[in-house]
Amino acid sequence: MKTVKPIITATLLAVLSGTNVSYAANTFFPDIEKGRYLATVGDCTACHTPEGAKPMSGGKAIETPFGNLIAPNLTPDRETGIGAWTDDQFLRAMQEGIGHNGEYLYGAFPYTAYTKVSKPDLLAIRAYLNTLEPVHNKVESNQLPFPFNIRESLMGWNLLFFKKGEFKPDPTQSAEWNRGAYLAEGLAHCSTCHNSKNFLGGDTSDGHLRGYTLQGWVAPTITGDKYQGIGNWKAEDIVEYLRTGRNQFAAASGPMAEVITNSTQHMQSDDLRAIAIYLLSQKADIKPPKPVSPDDEAMKLGQQVYAVNCSACHMANGEGVAKMFPSLKGSGSVLADDPATLTRVILRGAKAVSTDAAPTGPAMPAFAWRLSDKDAAAVMTFVRNSWGNAAPPVSSSVVTKARQEAQANP
Amino acid sequence: MNTEIKKLPKKDIAIVGLGWAGSIMAIELAKTGLDVIAFERGPWRDTADDFNVGYVQDELRYVVQQELMITAAEDTYTFRNASHQTALPIREYGSFLLGTGLGGSGAHWSGLTWRYNPTDFELRSHLTRRYGEKAIPDDLLIKDWGITYDELEPYYTKFERMAGIGGKGGVINGKVQEGGNPFEGNRSEDFPLPPMKMTFAAKLFAESARKIGMKPFPTPSANASGVYTNTYGVTMAPCTYCGYCSRCGCANYSKSTPQTNIIPALMRYSNFTAQVQSEVLHVVMDESGKVATGVVYIDASGQRYEQPADLVILTAFTIPNVRLLFASGIGEPYDPKTGKGLIGKNYAYQTNSSIQLFFEDKNFNPFISGGGVGQGVDEYNGDNFDHNGLGFFGGACIMSNVTSGWPITNRMTPPGTPKWGREWKKATKQHYLSTTVVRTQGSSYPTRSNYLDLDPTYKDRHGRSMMRLTFDFPENDLKMSAYVTNKALDVAKAMGASQTVMHVPQGPYNIVPFQSTHNTGGAIMGESPTDSVVNKYLQSWDVPNLFVIGGSAFPQNAGYNPTATVGALAYWAADAIVKQYLKQPGPLVQA
Repeated sequence: MKTVKPIITATLLAVLSGTNVSYAANTFFPDIEKGRYLATVGDCTACHTPEGAKPMSGGKAIETPFGNLIAPNLTPDRETGIGAWTDDQFLRAMQEGIGHNGEYLYGAFPYTAYTKVSKPDLLAIRAYLNTLEPVHNKVESNQLPFPFNIRESLMGWNLLFFKKGEFKPDPTQSAEWNRGAYLAEGLAHCSTCHNSKNFLGGDTSDGHLRGYTLQGWVAPTITGDKYQGIGNWKAEDIVEYLRTGRNQFAAASGPMAEVITNSTQHMQSDDLRAIAIYLLSQKADIKPPKPVSPDDEAMKLGQQVYAVNCSACHMANGEGVAKMFPSLKGSGSVLADDPATLTRVILRGAKAVSTDAAPTGPAMPAFAWRLSDKDAAAVMTFVRNSWGNAAPPVSSSVVTKARQEAQANP
Repeated sequence: MNTEIKKLPKKDIAIVGLGWAGSIMAIELAKTGLDVIAFERGPWRDTADDFNVGYVQDELRYVVQQELMITAAEDTYTFRNASHQTALPIREYGSFLLGTGLGGSGAHWSGLTWRYNPTDFELRSHLTRRYGEKAIPDDLLIKDWGITYDELEPYYTKFERMAGIGGKGGVINGKVQEGGNPFEGNRSEDFPLPPMKMTFAAKLFAESARKIGMKPFPTPSANASGVYTNTYGVTMAPCTYCGYCSRCGCANYSKSTPQTNIIPALMRYSNFTAQVQSEVLHVVMDESGKVATGVVYIDASGQRYEQPADLVILTAFTIPNVRLLFASGIGEPYDPKTGKGLIGKNYAYQTNSSIQLFFEDKNFNPFISGGGVGQGVDEYNGDNFDHNGLGFFGGACIMSNVTSGWPITNRMTPPGTPKWGREWKKATKQHYLSTTVVRTQGSSYPTRSNYLDLDPTYKDRHGRSMMRLTFDFPENDLKMSAYVTNKALDVAKAMGASQTVMHVPQGPYNIVPFQSTHNTGGAIMGESPTDSVVNKYLQSWDVPNLFVIGGSAFPQNAGYNPTATVGALAYWAADAIVKQYLKQPGPLVQA
């Protein structure tokens, strides 16, 4: 009920205000509701609804390695929103990355994933967007510096990296797997953060869901790989993680916390399960290195630092406390090639997401004030190479750099 | 002083104080969808930001300097032992420590979570039945609560489920359980978590008590004995036995507190607002004096606001609740000379004693501890034993409950040891590991001469008259403590200590050394407006849209820590408000 009520109100508003009467009058409630659900799966709100603003009214800055882009206004306002767009223009934007004036859209808008979404689903999203309150809010999306602000350059990018086309089911796989693949690769756009990228921001050929560092966090490997991925999780563990923000292994914080808050906690269990089945089927056989010897000086120091600072919550065996304190043993964030998340969390602390199903949102305090660069690096080396974990050691220069970065951008 | 009052848009319900009682009321009432605002005079405090695992075990900061407590500069009371004396302001809190900030005393408590005995609730009727009409001396103002244990039982259960209490039920659905407290009231179910792991001292206590024919049981604890997800979906992590519960926040989500067990769920209600650093000065009354129209509060900048509300709920802790009634002109102040008036009457406390046990050959590792960890015996609590010929009523729980091994303040040395210097250092080193304590926590019964009122001389920083506390240990309670401490000594001797040192209250009551923050009474509950301030639902008899929740409602205090009873009463009152009051606002009990 909680979510249905505003839609009805919004529909009425749209009708009464005379805006998009044609759409509002021509749409059938189940379509709108389906569209609302799909827009949630697509997590449109993450970029298009800034904190405290009217839904989808745009204006949220999206950081990219090339500069900032501002998410446009998706409300049915005819002047500043998408109210004047035709359905074809909407479909072209979603599936081809082309704006209603024929301009190329930037890849921060994940049309590379949305291209896989079916037309009826996209039109349902359109129907839902048309029920929102029109907000007059002019947004200048392109805030990139030269030369990235030249949209024509995107034509070449598309040629190199964009595979246009709707999702084609794999007849050798189950219906559930195909549903999961459709959602994960399409609307849920997991690949946007979790695919490894090249220097131009295009997906690498062997990096599918293999992990990537962005916004100072590692989006870890989410394939069925048992070393860095989630191959030791069962489908139920993934469902629980996406619905509540935590499970017996992990707790979501950082950008994934936002995804769970806005999107996955509201998704249907069947869909979450389908995504889980699909992710677990993805194989990337990553070979672990030989662990650093416990006799190594950094390991010895790290063990002491761990005992004093970490073990009360993460436990002596590194397994943490189910649903509260993440397990460090077998953790993709701990074992990622890039220790960015680990470094960040130790220096700055982190707050796990609070969801309707699991409101606790436990947090880890910052340790920057307490641990030297050497201590922090040693404890990272220790947790990356204990309890069966194995990953390259972390040097204190990594911590020095991260500390400077944290001070510059608190 | 800026005394201009800005009027704010009306809310449905205003709650004063965000400790246990306030948080329980807030979440139960937020569930109705009504607009609820809660005021907290102190700062916002959550585990992540304020109870940092890197420094929360800082004894100097939290235990000695008492960072989580209100300071006397912010709010204090005047004190005297008897009404012929002149009261003076408390300039440094000692005997009791009042919390401030989110969680209130629920943030800095230890975690012992008792249910009061069935006879505690019907004390006057029970003692009259058992010992005769004239058995209770005139000076003892003990009363029935107007509610029975059986009525409150489901709400105790609710509190225990919410708070993740660990223990061993003693009587479940009429069946006595081996290893639990056989004297406790009947439980509808066992504790949600098993008892905590026992320290060596607790095990030795239990063995020794058993040897002399007593029935020891694990003390019920709010320090989680395992992972626990409560009724609001909030999760606790297992206690690490660090021994920094009392006076400290818990960094590990292990001690149940409002911020660990309720606030994360409460803050998800969009119809709830927590207004911190805002101290409510008084309840606003309409011209009739029978309807509360809201509260006036002062924010951190000194600006005063009027927050209108249809329903006002005071959950500000015992003495602050009473002070708000005084400051709002609600009810008639108690006058000890005439015995008339009810506000401030029946103030009671807790009568505690301890025995230090020095051993030659034991290692208790006292730093492995927790606020609720321990063993107790209840043979000499309440009316569990025959009081004929003893000359007192009441009793105490006898416990091995070593809550901490704090290195600064926990340095027990035998009598005769110098207080400083080389010999003192040598003695603390010798005795730190090999000394333990058996203590008693005793009932406190109200008398005519113990009460709260307004001080005629001293004003607080907002210009209000200070509360005046007039209290001394009643003879009844001193006799009780001496008797029960001797029983505790039997256990201590059975434990084989080479030396025992008793600390029994002698009177006069001293406001300086820490004793207990279990202040009760002053706005007591009961069956009739002639002898109580609030009815059995904790609703003001005089002002039906005002509820006063907390230890202030206890007609007398029992030989237990009061938190679970405060929590159970809050759930009980919230239930009455939701199921009865909101449907038909007005008195829930006809006078």
